[in-house]
Amino acid sequence: MNKVTISAFISGLIFSFGLLLSGMANPEKVLGFLDLFGAWDPSLALVMGGAIAVGLPAFLIARKRETAVLGGSINLPTKRELDKRLLLGSLVFGIGWGLAGFCPGPGIVATGAAETGALVFTLAMVSGMLIFRWLENRNTAAS
Amino acid sequence: MNIDWNAFTPLSALAGGLLIGLASAWLILMNGRIAGISGILGGLLNNERGHRGWQFAFILGLLAGPAIWGIFHALPAIEIRASYPALIAAGLLVGIGTRYAAGCTSGHGVCGLSRLSPRSLAATMTFMFGGFATVYVVRHLLGA
Repeated sequence: MNKVTISAFISGLIFSFGLLLSGMANPEKVLGFLDLFGAWDPSLALVMGGAIAVGLPAFLIARKRETAVLGGSINLPTKRELDKRLLLGSLVFGIGWGLAGFCPGPGIVATGAAETGALVFTLAMVSGMLIFRWLENRNTAAS
Repeated sequence: MNIDWNAFTPLSALAGGLLIGLASAWLILMNGRIAGISGILGGLLNNERGHRGWQFAFILGLLAGPAIWGIFHALPAIEIRASYPALIAAGLLVGIGTRYAAGCTSGHGVCGLSRLSPRSLAATMTFMFGGFATVYVVRHLLGA
């Protein structure tokens, strides 16, 4: 185990605690936030606000640095286009999110909490990602 | 709009959000990587050489969180009311959608908005719209 691996584990662990503490790992809580026209629970807006309050200065520093603290480059996304893939993909993701109240992180965290329903969701999500990869490989082979 | 004040948990939501921001800040500054969970999981499935170690470790950290939390404190409630068929459909849509969009709530929502990326703002507004619309249809039109 090197420093890079241990550091990534620590980040994943803090992320997991954040999802548990905030209520994001609880699908009923998430659906309460997404139910804008029912009894609306605005809590999750504060999760986003809190995360960005820390993220904003961190990414400002990241943009100015040449290298990461543990070495290697800082990999910031370079894509800028608002294309069909971005918008359609996000819409499909949002529909799935609203169906069960799980997005990727909470699905994995609740699986770690030994919730059978979360394991079912996560296995289906992994299958969806493999279907995406298969479609992408097929397109590359065809062109 | 009708706010459910009994369900509103501003302090734990804000504190949890700060932790999520801290985790994202940690990964970009220490490792030089974006804490985008769909991207990390998708990368792991693509078996990219040189990335497997940190990607696996990050996902392991997510999975280990509840067990380590449980040593010190009772776990918060995790209520899953969706049926298995709904969970399978949701998982497939989330898996395919996040990979096409190259990001989810963490990559676009937290990291992208923190970078003030217009692309991530468009993605976040779109998946939020998808989520609001779906819950509206399921709860208020279908009455499920």
